[in-house]
Amino acid sequence: MIVVRDVRFKYPSGVEAIKGLSLTVKDGEFIAIMGQNGAGKTTLVKHINGLLKPTSGTIAVNGVETTKTTIATLSKSVGFVFQNPDHQLFSETVEEEIAFALKNFGFDKATIEKQVTWALNLLSLEQYRKTSPFMLSGGERKRVALASVLAWDPEILILDEPTIGQDHEQKEKLRQFILQLQSQGKTIVIVTHDVEFVAECNPRVILMKEGKIVADGEGKEILTNTGALEESSIVLPQIAQIFTQLEHLGFPKDVIDIYEAKALLLKAWEDRQT
Amino acid sequence: MSVFDGLKFRRVYSPIHNLDPRIKFIYVIAVFVAAILFGQILPLLALFVLQIPFVLLARVHRQWLRSLRGALFLATSIFLLNLLFHWINAGYVLLAADIEFSAAMTLRFIVLVESFSVFFLTTSPDMLGLALEQSRVPYEFSFAFTTAVRFVPVLAEEAQTIMDAQKARGLELEKGGFMKRIRNYIPILIPLIVSAIRRSLELAEAMESRAWGAVKKRTNLYALKLHRGDAGMLVIAVAILATAIYVWLYVPVPTLSQLL
Repeated sequence: MIVVRDVRFKYPSGVEAIKGLSLTVKDGEFIAIMGQNGAGKTTLVKHINGLLKPTSGTIAVNGVETTKTTIATLSKSVGFVFQNPDHQLFSETVEEEIAFALKNFGFDKATIEKQVTWALNLLSLEQYRKTSPFMLSGGERKRVALASVLAWDPEILILDEPTIGQDHEQKEKLRQFILQLQSQGKTIVIVTHDVEFVAECNPRVILMKEGKIVADGEGKEILTNTGALEESSIVLPQIAQIFTQLEHLGFPKDVIDIYEAKALLLKAWEDRQT
Repeated sequence: MSVFDGLKFRRVYSPIHNLDPRIKFIYVIAVFVAAILFGQILPLLALFVLQIPFVLLARVHRQWLRSLRGALFLATSIFLLNLLFHWINAGYVLLAADIEFSAAMTLRFIVLVESFSVFFLTTSPDMLGLALEQSRVPYEFSFAFTTAVRFVPVLAEEAQTIMDAQKARGLELEKGGFMKRIRNYIPILIPLIVSAIRRSLELAEAMESRAWGAVKKRTNLYALKLHRGDAGMLVIAVAILATAIYVWLYVPVPTLSQLL
């Protein structure tokens, strides 16, 4: 459980990126933090594994305040996958890259071996075990970065812009993967601009603007809330756009799921036929 | 990274910012030479104080102080090392003159940091490139130089991100003995170098697609011209240098211990 209480954060440059923010994320919850550039999304999640410490207020992860422990200790339960895989890949082989964190955390050799194989299989990277991560494509590098964090099986997983630079197929795989992790009881926090991706995942959505939370609720509710989305400069998902424009025909406005949309349209069509 | 902060250009309008970078560079060289000439504390102190009006005039005192604070670690090392070697040389006794000399060496370093800091704080990379170009430095070189200067803050920011990413994977930079601590930086340096190389290749492609190097002789949107203020600054720089050389040649500079 992550409990954020009245957090403010000011960068040394004097910019206040978080301006009084409270939030509770329950175990096993899947949340998406959205908002325009500079809204403070990444700054907020960097507080969860202690990379940043609040200027005032508190953040507790599983009951432990982040100011009272080290990043390394926190990281063991909070996995953080950065936006750009090139900011972390450095090993000669994919295998070593994935083992890096495990070694840092002091796991024994047998466990490291087992976890590396597990993570490689999980992200279908087995054939690249001995390949240099620098030889891989962008999407594959992103998967290696993800595998290198999943390897120690953290209970909370933070993904910063996971869909950037991924093609549609990879995004779909990522979505399946996130849902699978969630079904295993992991807490997942993603930071993203990708409305369509969020609409497909339908998590709890938190909208941020200028260091504050503008809206917080079910994906379906938030992603169809025109006012709140406009305030944080996010466009409606395409399906929601269609249904907002069809509202006068008696369609519900809050539709973001493609199957629900299909069912509604089909029903309307059939009603007309009869 | 605070040393870099003290070298980062700040866009403020001030008489010092408006000076021609070539003249400012001559001034820096004059101070540099003067500082190297003297090993005594008094002239170095004079050089230190002499630059403070420029800092105040340029309204960069906060950043300037930060650069001095950043240099504190090196300055302390210089002082202690000098002291240590003099102490050994003098047969394990601490002489007042040695303390003074060590202090003078430290002050010399601070004066150098001070003058370079003023120069970089008040000269935009563009102006610097322009100055190099107009001094007939081939454009390839001046461009490479300005690009390097311009990318320092970008690189510093990137280094921070990489550090965060590796810390999130359990890397503890401060852990272990001396050798281990050095090795701890490998996961930071490799991604930093790789992404710098990647970026330079991307930059090269982007520039070539915008016709970089298409013609031998380039024209500039702005041209540097010398103004009255520049002449004044040049006079000051030459005066500093001339006085320094004169004093160095003909005036016996007393040490503090002789004065007291």
